[in-house]
Amino acid sequence: MTQLNNKRYLRRKIVNNLTLSISLLTVLFALTFLVWILWTLFSQGLSHVGLDVFTKMTPPPGSSGGLLNAIVGSLYMVLIATFIGTPVGVLAGTYLAEYGKSGWLAPTTRFINDILLSAPSIVIGLFVYEVAVNTVGHFSGWAGALALSLIVIPVVVRTTENMMQLVPSTLREAAAALGAPYWKVIVNIVYRSAKTGIMTGLLLAVARISGETAPLLFTALNNQFWSADMSKPISSLAVVIFQFAMSPYEDWQHLAWAGALLITLFVLGLNILARTIFRPSQSQS
Amino acid sequence: MSTAMLQPKITTQNMSFYYGKFQALKNINIEIPASKVTAFIGPSGCGKSTLLRTFNRMYELYPKLRVEGKIFLDGNDIHSSEQDLNLLRAKVGMVFQKPTPFPMSIYDNVAFGVKLYESLSKTEMNDRVEWALQKAALWNEVKDKLNQSGSSLSGGQQQRLCIARGVAVKPNVLLLDEPCSALDPISTARIEELIHELKKDYTIVIVTHNMQQAARVSDYTAYMYLGELIEYGDTDMIFTRPSHRETEDYITGKFG
Repeated sequence: MTQLNNKRYLRRKIVNNLTLSISLLTVLFALTFLVWILWTLFSQGLSHVGLDVFTKMTPPPGSSGGLLNAIVGSLYMVLIATFIGTPVGVLAGTYLAEYGKSGWLAPTTRFINDILLSAPSIVIGLFVYEVAVNTVGHFSGWAGALALSLIVIPVVVRTTENMMQLVPSTLREAAAALGAPYWKVIVNIVYRSAKTGIMTGLLLAVARISGETAPLLFTALNNQFWSADMSKPISSLAVVIFQFAMSPYEDWQHLAWAGALLITLFVLGLNILARTIFRPSQSQS
Repeated sequence: MSTAMLQPKITTQNMSFYYGKFQALKNINIEIPASKVTAFIGPSGCGKSTLLRTFNRMYELYPKLRVEGKIFLDGNDIHSSEQDLNLLRAKVGMVFQKPTPFPMSIYDNVAFGVKLYESLSKTEMNDRVEWALQKAALWNEVKDKLNQSGSSLSGGQQQRLCIARGVAVKPNVLLLDEPCSALDPISTARIEELIHELKKDYTIVIVTHNMQQAARVSDYTAYMYLGELIEYGDTDMIFTRPSHRETEDYITGKFG
């Protein structure tokens, strides 16, 4: 009997160790590529990130320049997309989490939102091209921001709903039991409890759109010169990287690496921000 | 069933409760006397919490739950169209099984409910918060840290904070849904003392799994089983000379 048990125990130990080793290997595999990507970016890009990058416009081939118009264009479009996407996403997520308990509207919305969440961004770009570029007759920053906001919305809807559902229903009951109307329960109690999660989701959505290229190719296009006019074609980091990296000119390729590094650092910064500043601490919950 | 005594605070008439198709309460008739402590006891799933949660219409937060029959608070039908739901809940406070501090300071936890219906000056609000925390026997422990988060308190303190929050809005009735089940014996004893203290001003209904607790704190006890009110009467009577066999089996530990 003891003998048998020992054998079974030994086998379990071997299986355990084997599974643990495989897990570690897969982690290493994933980490290798991540480090490789970061290494390549830094080694190729860092030497080309100078003051010029932030002060000069994108140059014609063969001359020196920077990425100022692309950086500003990206910031404008990302900001506007976030301003459009946040209220829509948070309110829709609130509806799904708090009011969509019965009826067909919430499950349908949730299903469509999930499709939108996984829709290829090029499809969204094409759609916005059809409704906001073709009808107007020219590319514009507004169209680019619109396309980006369509990417933000489903992410924010999903995280808002999930984060609000994590708030225990006993907390809602406790507030309602004091005679608080339901909107007050949501605003004062549920949002307050879920704000860390909602903000994190929002930052991750911003991180996602700051590197989107496909939807901008069809909508904002590009602009080699300084332009902060949202109704005109406007430059963006992602599109400039795409165009410059594909070019045969070395100056352009260097700027593309610098831009890629900037985007990566921006996204990295947002992620770190999401993890540190908005992390619920023990004392404030 | 009636205890045939004081004027009732809450009365139910042929009240049944459904979770979708499942009938959780069967034809409940009960009169809860004012300014007394009434305990609901019975095995898990007997409907005692469900019954408690009909008194402030808490079940209406969820779809597919419904009540048949009538419930009266001070003689007024709580389901009538004239009864505003939020005003009803302001009158009928509730404390839950697990402590539920709001994600805000201790002070704001207590002030939250008060701000909903009264506009008090800063000093009046300070007085009210202190008064409620005194009532809940928490003031001495938190008076120096009112700005700290409610969740920084211990479990027993959190539960007393929830009681303070409920008391602060000056309700007529306090519903306690197993308020001590997550607490250690010392915190439990404090809350039981508190219940004794509070019944001077409030009608208290407590659901408990702990029969000794029911015997200690309540004036009247209702024994429920499978959604039915089996026996209801004076607590001493229920615990010493129950008239139903099922009640006796449950309180003597033969069953449940």
